[in-house]
Amino acid sequence: MSSSIAITLKQCGRTFASGHTALEPIDLRVEAGETLVLLGPSGCGKTTTLRLIGGLETPDPGGRVWFGERDVTALPIEKRDVGMVFQNYALFPNMNVTDNIAYGLRIRRLSAGEVRRRVDEVMEMVGLHDFARRGVDELSGGQKQRVALARAIAVRPKVLLFDEPLSALDAKLRDRLRLEIGTLLRRLGTTAVYVTHDQAEAMALGDRVAVMERGRIAQIGSPREIYHQPHSAFVADFIGSVNRIAIGGTRDGWLEVDGGRLFCPRLHGADHAYCRPEDIEVGDPASAPISGRVVQSFFLGQSQRLLVDTGGDAPLQVEAPARRQWRRGEAIGLSVASDALFHPHHPLTFGQAAAHG
Amino acid sequence: MSLTSHHEARSLSGAAADVTTKAARRRSYLGTLRRQPAVLLALVPALTFFCAFWLLPFTRLVAMGMQPDKNSGMIAYWAVVAQPQYLYSLLWTLLVSIGVSLLAVATAGVAGFFLARNRFRGKAMLVAMLTFPLAFPGVVVGFLVIMLGGRQGALAQFSMLLFGERWMFAYSLAGLFVGYLYFSIPRVITTVMAACEKLDVSLEEAARSLGAGTWRVTRDVIVPALSPALISTGAICFATSMGAFGTAFTLGTRMSVLPLSIYSEFTNYANFTMAAALSVTLGVITWIALSFARRLAGGSLGASA
Ligand SMILES: Nc1ncnc2c1ncn2[C@@H]1O[C@H](COP(=O)(O)OP(=O)(O)OP(=O)(O)O)[C@@H](O)[C@H]1O
Ligand SMILES: [Mg+2]
Repeated sequence: MSSSIAITLKQCGRTFASGHTALEPIDLRVEAGETLVLLGPSGCGKTTTLRLIGGLETPDPGGRVWFGERDVTALPIEKRDVGMVFQNYALFPNMNVTDNIAYGLRIRRLSAGEVRRRVDEVMEMVGLHDFARRGVDELSGGQKQRVALARAIAVRPKVLLFDEPLSALDAKLRDRLRLEIGTLLRRLGTTAVYVTHDQAEAMALGDRVAVMERGRIAQIGSPREIYHQPHSAFVADFIGSVNRIAIGGTRDGWLEVDGGRLFCPRLHGADHAYCRPEDIEVGDPASAPISGRVVQSFFLGQSQRLLVDTGGDAPLQVEAPARRQWRRGEAIGLSVASDALFHPHHPLTFGQAAAHG
Repeated sequence: MSLTSHHEARSLSGAAADVTTKAARRRSYLGTLRRQPAVLLALVPALTFFCAFWLLPFTRLVAMGMQPDKNSGMIAYWAVVAQPQYLYSLLWTLLVSIGVSLLAVATAGVAGFFLARNRFRGKAMLVAMLTFPLAFPGVVVGFLVIMLGGRQGALAQFSMLLFGERWMFAYSLAGLFVGYLYFSIPRVITTVMAACEKLDVSLEEAARSLGAGTWRVTRDVIVPALSPALISTGAICFATSMGAFGTAFTLGTRMSVLPLSIYSEFTNYANFTMAAALSVTLGVITWIALSFARRLAGGSLGASA
């Protein structure tokens, strides 16, 4: 949508009165119409960043927040034209569904007819048309969050902010609403910032993902970049599972590792190699470059997770096809394609990323 | 995008199941009572106490009020509304109590909210001072009002100095009003401060994000959320003011409030019938106010009512 705006944070930090620095001064840009996901463990500063953007917190001196060309640092939230969706829904208990959704429109003094039209429109969008007259305590968690979403988008805000909106819902509903929110965000084209600690949610919703660690942005990039080219062991570990394989020595492009060897000239000189469980291929124990024994298997439905002992400190996690069954202690052969191996401090897997090294 | 909703339907029926189990638990609890006479036996002291100190005297009081008043010859309850001196006493007491409660809730409500929301040096001290009057009996409160607005009070001395005349209000209705306000304010402040702790801040933030300024947030979010607490604390102030004796007695206000009327019917005129009828009237009014307060404070009506 042409009307969407970019968000720019310049040197925005936040230190609380207690002296605790929740956020180191960060620079961050969210492009117009983009959905940026802030991802990270509890207490890393995601909510603080979101609240800085929304205007519920003020950055420490020196920090500035821009909406497009406009410096909004001094503007309180009610003047920023943002929509917020909270984990606990935050629906007004003294109003029914319609009045909740119409609240922002009435503040904007739209005519009654226009309010009704816009409310109907967003209720249709989030699938709530049958619930107009319900009290908000007569709704399930999923329905409540739909109302909160409808309320936020009804005013057509410049920016949409989400703080773990799905965390209070059960897994199945979470998946479903995540898809719906994704579809909605693409359709609206509104610039959005979405906080979560759920990596699957981050991958599915984010045009880009910023992984945060102790008040800093550890890495920012597309979900694919974050997943396949993590810049640090922290990011690699936080997103998905990762195996850390100790390298004993290198010769002619081969890395000596526990249980065998791996071919990867790129990682010459590194002390460790990392790889994702799904990038390890299962093969014949006699001919595969690494051999080990199955310690444990976990059936996941669409696949299974094997723990394979290759003689190293920790067993390797391997994602294997679901159909084949392994007994505990059974010998297994493993191999990893050269470009699936990575190390945060060494030239990265894909061509264009070499600059990061 | 479409609607749900096996899922949500299930979670709704889950809530229904929850209610059923609660009912079942209550049933089994009653079952235990019936099966174990020992449990009933344990209730005997409480029941005895209840009968001896409450039920018996109260029944007598109620019955006494049915008898004719010895002055007017009317049934005493009827005399409460038919005889001007009693009716005025009742109406004035009601009026003062309602006025005090409303003013206390309005002013101390704002103060309590401010105190709950702001941090500043000396706050703990200020709160302690504001709530200190709770520790005073009515006599002392009356005494304090005299110190302020009595013949030798601060105001009188001040106005004597400036204008050569003594201003005082302690012995009028205003003095009574000030005295009652004095012990109502701490109650409202403590209740409102406690209620503010429980306010859901994200509701205010949601309203603000939708464009609501301070005034709209107050009107649409804070006041509705605080209203059970405000109504219940107002009802308690009302009940306390209705029954306040010490302050009125100390001030010796010309207008006789209901508790004073009861006292003088009882001691000065030995008119027990009238004293009983007035007492029951006072008791019923206060009880209604208090049970109203309890219902709101218990949250049975909740914030959505
Ligand atoms: N009002 C506050 N006063 C003092 N410290 C705060 C305040 N709000 C947050 N913090 C601290 O700042 C840090 C970052 O908090 P923040 O809420 O941004 O974390 P988060 O990433 O959103 O975590 P979570 O996933 O648990 O919500 C935490 O250590 C937290 O304890
Ligand atoms: Mg948070």
